[in-house]
Amino acid sequence: MKLNIDIKELLGAVDVPAQWVGIREVYEAHTPRMIRDGVPVANARSSTHGIMVEVLVNGQFGYYGTPDMTKEGVSRAAKKAYQQAEIASGHALHHFDESARPSFQGEYRSPYTKNRESLSAGNLNELLLDAYNSLKVSDKIVSASSLCQVIETSFKFASSNGSDINQEFLMLEFDLSATAADGTNQQTRTFGGMRGTCRQMGLEYFDKYEIMANAGRIGEQALELLEAEECPTGEMDIVIAPDQMMLQIHESIGHALEVDRILGDERNYAGWSFVKLEDFGTLQYGSKLMNITFDPTLESEFASYAFDDGGLKATKEYLIKDGLLVRGLGGKESQIRSGLDGVANFRSSGWNRAPIDRMANINLEPGDSTFDELIGQVENGVYMESNKSWSIDDYRNKFQFGCEYGKLIENGKLTKTVKNPNYRAISTPFWNSLKGVGNEDTFGIYGTPNCGKGEPNQSIRVGHASPACLFENVQVFGGV
Amino acid sequence: MEQIFNKLSESLFGQLNEGEHLILSFDGENSQFVRFNNASIRQTGLVDDADVGLKFIANGRTCSGGFTVSGNFDTDIARGSSEIDRMRIESEQIPKDPFLVMPENAGSSHEIKKANGLAFEDAVDAILPAVSGADFVGILANGKMFRGSANSLGQKHWFETESFCLDYSLVTPEHQMVKGCYAGSDWNQQDYEDYVKRSRDKLVLMERKPVKVDTGEYRTWFEAAAVADFLGMFSWNGISEASLRQGCSGFGRMRHDDVRLSSKFSIVEDFSPGFCPKFNSNGEISPDTISLIENGSLKNTLVSSRSAKEYGVESNFAEGGEYLRSPRMEPGSLNHNDVTKNIDKGLFLSNIHYLNWSDNAGGRITGLTRYACFWVENGEIVAPIETMRFDDSFYRFFGDQLVQVEDKLTVVPEVHTYGQRSLGATTCPGILVDSFALTL
Repeated sequence: MKLNIDIKELLGAVDVPAQWVGIREVYEAHTPRMIRDGVPVANARSSTHGIMVEVLVNGQFGYYGTPDMTKEGVSRAAKKAYQQAEIASGHALHHFDESARPSFQGEYRSPYTKNRESLSAGNLNELLLDAYNSLKVSDKIVSASSLCQVIETSFKFASSNGSDINQEFLMLEFDLSATAADGTNQQTRTFGGMRGTCRQMGLEYFDKYEIMANAGRIGEQALELLEAEECPTGEMDIVIAPDQMMLQIHESIGHALEVDRILGDERNYAGWSFVKLEDFGTLQYGSKLMNITFDPTLESEFASYAFDDGGLKATKEYLIKDGLLVRGLGGKESQIRSGLDGVANFRSSGWNRAPIDRMANINLEPGDSTFDELIGQVENGVYMESNKSWSIDDYRNKFQFGCEYGKLIENGKLTKTVKNPNYRAISTPFWNSLKGVGNEDTFGIYGTPNCGKGEPNQSIRVGHASPACLFENVQVFGGV
Repeated sequence: MEQIFNKLSESLFGQLNEGEHLILSFDGENSQFVRFNNASIRQTGLVDDADVGLKFIANGRTCSGGFTVSGNFDTDIARGSSEIDRMRIESEQIPKDPFLVMPENAGSSHEIKKANGLAFEDAVDAILPAVSGADFVGILANGKMFRGSANSLGQKHWFETESFCLDYSLVTPEHQMVKGCYAGSDWNQQDYEDYVKRSRDKLVLMERKPVKVDTGEYRTWFEAAAVADFLGMFSWNGISEASLRQGCSGFGRMRHDDVRLSSKFSIVEDFSPGFCPKFNSNGEISPDTISLIENGSLKNTLVSSRSAKEYGVESNFAEGGEYLRSPRMEPGSLNHNDVTKNIDKGLFLSNIHYLNWSDNAGGRITGLTRYACFWVENGEIVAPIETMRFDDSFYRFFGDQLVQVEDKLTVVPEVHTYGQRSLGATTCPGILVDSFALTL
């Protein structure tokens, strides 16, 4: 049950002598459903609803997040936020003015045709149960699951300088998973995990025949991996599928370009960055084939929106053009602090957290190679699909990724399946080894529902789209 | 908060029909968050938040729900009633659950921990003078936390605590860092200033020029904070009974092949220090201690009541996710003063970062060195090291490569604030490992 709140009316209840006041209302409901091993393990719906009152006092912002959305509650919240800001203003890292919260008005709505209620709980459980049955292709499949989650988010923002924004999101996450085991030899194959299918879309996504076909393939590939050889060890070329490229982009580009990290805000938690302020416009981040965009406009991508949580209008911008670093992921506050151009990425995980610099949709633009042309360039290498392990250092340099499914590439052809394909490298040498970028036909749209960052911690949704890519001379290895 | 939860519970239980059951859980906080960078304030604010979780059981089915508690009874009861109506309809549509966990009334509990904490309006003046002149970055999370559970059979639990946690780093001009975490319930200004002074003293070591270590295997000391991070991995495809049964646990070799870790390695789930409530979100109370690995041998896994039904084993009332809530690793005999002497030549790692399974079945974990990590030669610290990636198996560093275990235990508090402030802590010693693999 969602309360209808008029935040512009609530704004009138604020009675503190602040330089600026804003109210951000967020309602979000999650509806997960899951079948595991033939039985229902999740049929849930939970919602969160509250407001954040933010005030600017002596150049310092202070906030109060509260679920009490009455006029009295907002008045009380504003007074307490004011007190916090006033105390802090004598020790402010930066003194802001109203320009940190520009005034915009507008609306956004996710693209979809079928809402959450278009399929009943019973219909969805039936679909997921059928998918489970298709995953269970053998007794060696010791566990299998099918799940979906609908996310409905409503975001409203109003401020004392005239911002008036209303954004409505409908998102869907879906996955299939099969684990095959023979003693301690165990292999899991998924439909990309929770990062595989997470988009702004409605229940029109559910095409039963396509889901069953994918479920059958995933079950068979889990068995295939159980019998497969270990991935070879050595330095070789790799072709990475888009459902792994998305996390490669996320970890070794997205986080590294967050300007609040570069300014040191995250040093105690997520970390710093190897990128320095003076690198913008000068650092050759990758090969000439590399073009990275901040694109909140790509239809159906997970983190598309029209305005960020500070009210700034969102536009597509190049972050890396022909391999050269040109722009950072800095919202209005970071733009003011750093003097750099940025993007509209000042985002929060909900009403109870203050916005910070986040990724939104960070994409690798398609090139002109077909998939066969990418594979055809490789004499001895590995093709890798679907992330299962990820780790990178606090400067975003030394990374290591593991994938679910690999294929040897021998003399320009895909040959044997290999299990536990892993690779490790350092960010800029790796991106400078980018030798081929797939075309639109190899392009996939993915994302992640739980990118973690910030103090207090915030888990946020981001989108990543990429074609398949070829990298040369990478350290590759398998399991134990 | 307790009164709000009690009133809400009574009203929602009153709406149930015959044959329907309801389990409620409650999570709430009144928190202050102050974020620091360069010994100045980056962001500051307060958060009041509370959520009720509902588990509705009827007709052989389970549905769940949840909503934010506004504090206004009419609003909250309307939200709760709406959830019950929805779940009642859904329970007619979804498949039967053969492993249904029914509520019980096994007794109630009530625990309120009073504290002489840090007043919100005093926090900035209490913290900043001691770090003046340092590059100090981090966060203060401060205030009350609440957990509750109630079911329609009359069982009720309440847990309330007040605490602060100043999680911070000090940074040298050359970007070397020392980590600190000053946490507790009663604020003691002198104790805090002494703690920060010890952190500042450690920074002196970090001013030496860092050395670049080659990849390879090294004799390595892990401070307790690093060991706690390794133990944290057991909560993710590790010690869970369901994970083992579903073929995605790193503990498979211990269960299926009778592989043992070092006889020096023992861990228990220990609720006796009261870092977190003993009751889970179902309202079930765990035993005070559960031995998990005893002298290297797997004794128990974490078993939720659902896993118990599904796999025909006994529940130890773990949370549904079967993760560690209050683990304690047993101490050994190595005095911290003798650590560098016992390393002789190798690595001293204070903290590790960004762990992940690189081969879950093989127990292999990858991650990175972070903060005060040093190269040791001739039993003396030489200099900090440049960041290195490791990739090694816990079957080695908690197994045949485990040389010695520290004689003292350190409490490493759970500091995460995703969604809400966390409760719990890991209590563990440092460990000395004969061979540990650095890979990049």
